[in-house]
Amino acid sequence: MHIHIQSQGGVPIYLQVMQQIKYLVASGKLVPGEELPSIRTLAEQLLVNPNTIARAYRELEAAGVVEKRRTAGTYVAETGSPLARKERLKLLKERIDQLLVESFQMGFELDDVLKLIQQSELVSLNKRKGDQDHE
Amino acid sequence: MNKSVSVSENCVIDINNLSRSFGSKCALDNVSLRVPSGGVFALIGRNGAGKTTLIKHILGLYRAEKGSVRVFSHDPVSHPVQVLSRIGCVSEDRDLPGWMRVQELMHFTRSFYPAWDDRYAEELRVMFDLDPKQRVDQLSRGQGARMCLLLALAHRPDLLVLDEPSSGLDPVVRRDILAAIVRTIADEGRTVLFSSHLLDEVERVADRVAVIHDGQVTLQGELDRIQESFHRITFRFENEFSEAPSILGAIENNGQGRQWTYVCRGDREQVVSAARTLKAEIVQETPVSLDDIFICSISHD
Repeated sequence: MHIHIQSQGGVPIYLQVMQQIKYLVASGKLVPGEELPSIRTLAEQLLVNPNTIARAYRELEAAGVVEKRRTAGTYVAETGSPLARKERLKLLKERIDQLLVESFQMGFELDDVLKLIQQSELVSLNKRKGDQDHE
Repeated sequence: MNKSVSVSENCVIDINNLSRSFGSKCALDNVSLRVPSGGVFALIGRNGAGKTTLIKHILGLYRAEKGSVRVFSHDPVSHPVQVLSRIGCVSEDRDLPGWMRVQELMHFTRSFYPAWDDRYAEELRVMFDLDPKQRVDQLSRGQGARMCLLLALAHRPDLLVLDEPSSGLDPVVRRDILAAIVRTIADEGRTVLFSSHLLDEVERVADRVAVIHDGQVTLQGELDRIQESFHRITFRFENEFSEAPSILGAIENNGQGRQWTYVCRGDREQVVSAARTLKAEIVQETPVSLDDIFICSISHD
C-alpha cells in the first residue's frame, strides 16, 4: 500500500493517512474485502507513532470506509457504492475548495475558472481522440 | 525478568518543581514533568535550554537541588540499580570505550543487564551491519550511533532515553533511530523519552511534548491536542492598514494592506468575531506547523 507522509506540512499525520487510504479506496486501488497492513506494520513502514495509525484506522472505521473483523485484521469495507460515492464527492469537494481559494487569491473570478476547466477538458478530450485514432 | 510493578505506577517519570543551578547560571527553573507509561514523550528546546540537564537528573547523574525526581517510583540517585537496569540510554556524546571491539563491548554491557537478550542483540548487530571484530574507535559516526542504539535496546528496557539522538547523523541512520523508537513503543508498556530540535521527527513519533526554554517548561501536553488548539487565519479587511489591526487573542501576525494573517491558540471564536467587528472576512485557514508552535511558545510567556 503506497502511502506518503509529510511531517511539518501542517496537516496532522493521522489525517494524511486517512485521506490517502480514502483516495486509494475511492480510486479502486484498494478493493472491498482487501486487508490493510497491521497498525504496527504501517507505523514501522511510515516511521510514525502506532497510535497515529490506530487513530486513522479508528476514524476510517467510524466513517464506514474500513471494518475490523474477528480475525483482528482491518479490511476495506464491503459496503456498496453509495458510501464510496459519498466519500469520493467529499474528496472532490476538498480539491475544488482548494482550487477556488487559490484562484480568488490570484485575482480570478469564477467565470475564469469555469472557462479554464472547459478548455482543459477539450484539450484532454482531443488527446484521447488522438490516441484512439493512432491505435 | 525481575520487575516490581507497583499498582500506582502509571507514571514512569515524575518530576516536581525541579530546580538546578551551575554557579550563577540557572539551568532548570521549577520544572514539573510527568511521563506516562507506554508512549513517546519528546522534549523540545533550543541548544542550551536545559534538556540534557533534565535527562541527567532522570538518569541519576545529578542529584535534585530543589524539588524531586522519581523514575519507576524511585529516586534514581538513591536507587541506581533498580532504575538504571530498566533504562536504555543513548546520550549525545556517545561515550564508548574506543579500544574495545564490537563483540567485546556487547559482552561487557551485557554483564550489567540481567534482562539482556543475546539473540535479540545479535539480530540488532546484523541489522545494523556492525562487524563484531571492529574496534569501536574505528566505527564511523553513523555506526557509532547504531552501536549505542544496540546497547540501549538489547535488554529491552522499559524506558528508552535518547538525548538528541539524530544530531550530526545522515538520514539513513536517523531512520534507524526513528524505527527503533516506533518498534519500542509498539511493544506494550514500554516508554520512550527523547529530546530533539528536529521537529519533523518529533511530529512523527511523539504522543506528548514538553517545550523547554531557558530552563523552564513553557508548554506541555498531548501533541495532537496542542496542534489542534492552534489556528492560523487569514482575513481580508475592508480597509487598508499599514500595521496589523490589533486583535485580542492573537499571538502572531503578518501581512500587508488589506490582508492580514493571525495565529491564535484556543481563542479562535474570539479572534474571528473581533476581526468581523473590524469589517474583515475569513479568506483562508491553514494548520499551524510544529515549528510555528514551538516559535510561538518560546517567544510568548
